[in-house]
Amino acid sequence: MTYSMSDITPAYAEALESHGLTQDEGLRILNILERKPLPLEVGLFSAMWSEHCSYKSSRIHLGKLPTEGPQVAIGPGENAGAVKLNNGILAVFKMESHNHPSYIEPFQGAATGVGGILRDVFTMGARPIANLNSIRFGSTEHPKTPHLLLGVVGGIAFYGNCMGVPTVAGETEFHAGYDDNILVNAMTVGIAKEDGIFLGAAEGIGNPVFYVGSRTGRDGIHGATMASASFDDEAEAKRPTVQVGDPFTEKKLLEACLELFKEDVVVGIQDMGAAGLTSSTFEMADRAGKGIRIDLEQVPMREEGMVPYELMLSESQERMLVVARKGSEASLQRIFEKWDLACAQIGEVTDSGRVELFWHGDQVANVPVHKLATGAPKYDRPTRPRPTTHPIPELLPAAPDDPGAMLHSILSNPIAGSRSPVYEQYDHMVQVRTMVRPGGGAAVLRVPEAEGMISVASECAHRACILDPREGARRTVADAARKISATGALPLAITDCLNFGNPEVPEVMWEFVEAIEGLKEGCLALNTPVVSGNVSFYNETRDQSIPPSPTIGMVGWMDNEIQPVPGFVREDGLELWLVKGAEPSLDGSLWQQYFCGTVGGELSKMDFEIESRIQSFARTLAKKKLVAAARNLGSGGLAVSLAKMLFNGEKLMGLKCGSFSSEDGTRRYFGEAPSSMILASAAGHRAEIIALAKEANVELQALGQTGGQEFNLGDIHLDINRLYGAWKAALNPLMGISNDC
Amino acid sequence: MKVSVLVFPGSNCDQDCRHVCEKVFGCSVEMVWHRETKLPPTDLVVIPGGFSYGDYLRAGAIARFAPIMAAVQEHAENGGLVFGICNGFQILLEAGMLPGAMRMNKDRRFICKDIHLKVENHESAFSSAIPEGKTLKVPIAHHEGNWVASEETYQRVIDQGQILFRYATAEGELTPESNPNGSMGNVAGLINSQGNVLGMMPHPERASETELGITDGSYIFESILQNFNQRASSIVS
Repeated sequence: MTYSMSDITPAYAEALESHGLTQDEGLRILNILERKPLPLEVGLFSAMWSEHCSYKSSRIHLGKLPTEGPQVAIGPGENAGAVKLNNGILAVFKMESHNHPSYIEPFQGAATGVGGILRDVFTMGARPIANLNSIRFGSTEHPKTPHLLLGVVGGIAFYGNCMGVPTVAGETEFHAGYDDNILVNAMTVGIAKEDGIFLGAAEGIGNPVFYVGSRTGRDGIHGATMASASFDDEAEAKRPTVQVGDPFTEKKLLEACLELFKEDVVVGIQDMGAAGLTSSTFEMADRAGKGIRIDLEQVPMREEGMVPYELMLSESQERMLVVARKGSEASLQRIFEKWDLACAQIGEVTDSGRVELFWHGDQVANVPVHKLATGAPKYDRPTRPRPTTHPIPELLPAAPDDPGAMLHSILSNPIAGSRSPVYEQYDHMVQVRTMVRPGGGAAVLRVPEAEGMISVASECAHRACILDPREGARRTVADAARKISATGALPLAITDCLNFGNPEVPEVMWEFVEAIEGLKEGCLALNTPVVSGNVSFYNETRDQSIPPSPTIGMVGWMDNEIQPVPGFVREDGLELWLVKGAEPSLDGSLWQQYFCGTVGGELSKMDFEIESRIQSFARTLAKKKLVAAARNLGSGGLAVSLAKMLFNGEKLMGLKCGSFSSEDGTRRYFGEAPSSMILASAAGHRAEIIALAKEANVELQALGQTGGQEFNLGDIHLDINRLYGAWKAALNPLMGISNDC
Repeated sequence: MKVSVLVFPGSNCDQDCRHVCEKVFGCSVEMVWHRETKLPPTDLVVIPGGFSYGDYLRAGAIARFAPIMAAVQEHAENGGLVFGICNGFQILLEAGMLPGAMRMNKDRRFICKDIHLKVENHESAFSSAIPEGKTLKVPIAHHEGNWVASEETYQRVIDQGQILFRYATAEGELTPESNPNGSMGNVAGLINSQGNVLGMMPHPERASETELGITDGSYIFESILQNFNQRASSIVS
């Protein structure tokens, strides 16, 4: 029987609309089921075919990303990806967005974002050892920014700190393009033994399906659908779709799961994230090509009177679905009892290829697994390019005209000021692994289990992406890798978190496709395949899409022979070097954003050959213990990067870079130059460093020395104490911190 | 030296304490689950940092009623050493094993950073190995470390030499700026009147290895070991 559009009754059309499904999709449902769907079934299709769960607009493009390499242990498609470190130890990691909930309710939105990504990693059998994040807010002047910033940072701290997972690195950025749609991207890195990995497949017909963790309540119903729509003025009314986090329960769930993995119990496991019990059931069944039967009245509930629809679509946190080996039920019960967590057998694996849901014996849904999961609709949405050459903006009338005043001004602004009021709210030392702390670029954590260290960073070159999403994505990969190489580590792989506007707008779809191409080029050139990821579309409010924001998290590795290199200098008399990559440019720079109020111009294409040479050179210097500090030449260019390199938080010193030529002024001081780095080394290493640079075919420029109490760079002469004080306090007004402490 | 590290369901520095006691200081360590009612043979009980039972109420307010706490009390009453770090300190206060109480940090935020400690008493079993005049650089990581007591109690703990550590500048000066959480008298750690129970907010276990670039915490563990070894050798002789 084939249905046609005329079979879509007004009542059905209304149900489709209220579930965010199109009429075409409604017709597809009729043809799949060969009947009219039951009310709960419409809810299941709505959740599984939401952009958030189905990747329907992105799937055909994601396949272009490189995902393979000898270092890859688990690629995309599982709860998280993994790379091989050493000794059979894997680093398991993923980044995920929680943008929509965090805008509606910043504290709980961000907290549950952290909770969700932690579960994605420990469900694989890994113990989380580090959290990172990339958070983006609107203009520092926007009245909502302080509230959102405080809430998000507080939420990340609340969850991560209680879990005992250090938050070690990240980005906190401000741009008017995020005024009405902030970005909260959270990443977790865990470690696991290669032979101790658990996957989310419901294998073994007749195996029991268990529900463990927190009980189900009415929170977060239709969160995935909410996250797949644009915001309007009614965002506030969507507050009930935001989940509430309980990190203590998650900490117990973590320990209980890790205990469970040691016993021969688990066949498959998956956390109940977006679309809760629905997505975990369908995805686990789909991966195994099996079916699952569930008796919904067995689901542990938080309150009376809950109905199947709510049970299937609630996004209550801290829950897992476990397929257990038949006969191991008692071990499971014992462990979850020890940790005071709910644990109930709710169903079993079947050979039907369908999800069959029952409520006190009555069938309330019976739908085919594959058609709702990986067989969901895929759209090749139209694209329309927009220009990558933009008008160059004029200086704002208020902008100072000498470079010293400019440096002081930009460093005193939240846009470039110290992030310590953010990361000091995160426990970044628990687990006694943190060797290079937040604030200098990539963080370094020791992994004695693998006899080495990992270096981790998160990155999104959003200003570059505004001008040219492909080049911006290329630079995003290069910047993250450079930060990791600066510490001495070899970049291994990335996870991506692709935040874009409305994919139904052809220009936005073009941005997305371009960014994918850019990521692909970067990942191929630097040998950092994508092992996991997430797409967040519909970051749009009142028809205004966010800047294209492909964010990545990267993991690198170094063995115990290497002394990790910090991003700060701590000694007087060190020689400072500029490792020259591309020519500095003000187009798309932080300087342009701040002093012109917007970005413009055109990006030159960065050269990955130079990039690779420079990164390899940095790692060689680290291996030979020749550098005391190394840093990516990042936002704000040479002047800002040099200043930040001095701000180690303990002993303050200046620098004297007399040989710096101020010709072509502003561009030299504040221009951003892809592939460039700054290094500091003891004077005795000069000859060796120059020789190694020559050998590596890397252009090196001696800048000067550290020491004194003045920041002397060309025409810039500033008192270092004043400069530091201004930088250190820059974020305080936004975070409600008084400047006297 | 035999060490028992308590494990509450929300403890998260338990493995760090185990690692440092075992791997850095060579103690034998037993992890003791909160539902136990007896301690294994133990010279030192460590109550580690974390969020014992979630601490959604007041930090440590529920943990004091944990089944294991009666055994810890008894161990202390018999002169055994007890060392509460961060949440462990909060629990000891709630259990009445140390004087005073804890409030939210003065600026109501979690703070994780290195601070400096002025050492007020070099005689105790927890501080005797710290060189005179040495300030310790140790990290803090807490939301509720703003210690307070009545004026009377405060005077008493001063008189009895119970204050071991105060937040200070790197030079050992007590200033309001160097007090990260608003603690009365910059108090960061104190002992009971018998001197066998220490509670402190900073984390010495995070500052005991050169690999982590910060080592002053090891003075505290060394003090404990030195005193234990001296006592052991005096018993033998």
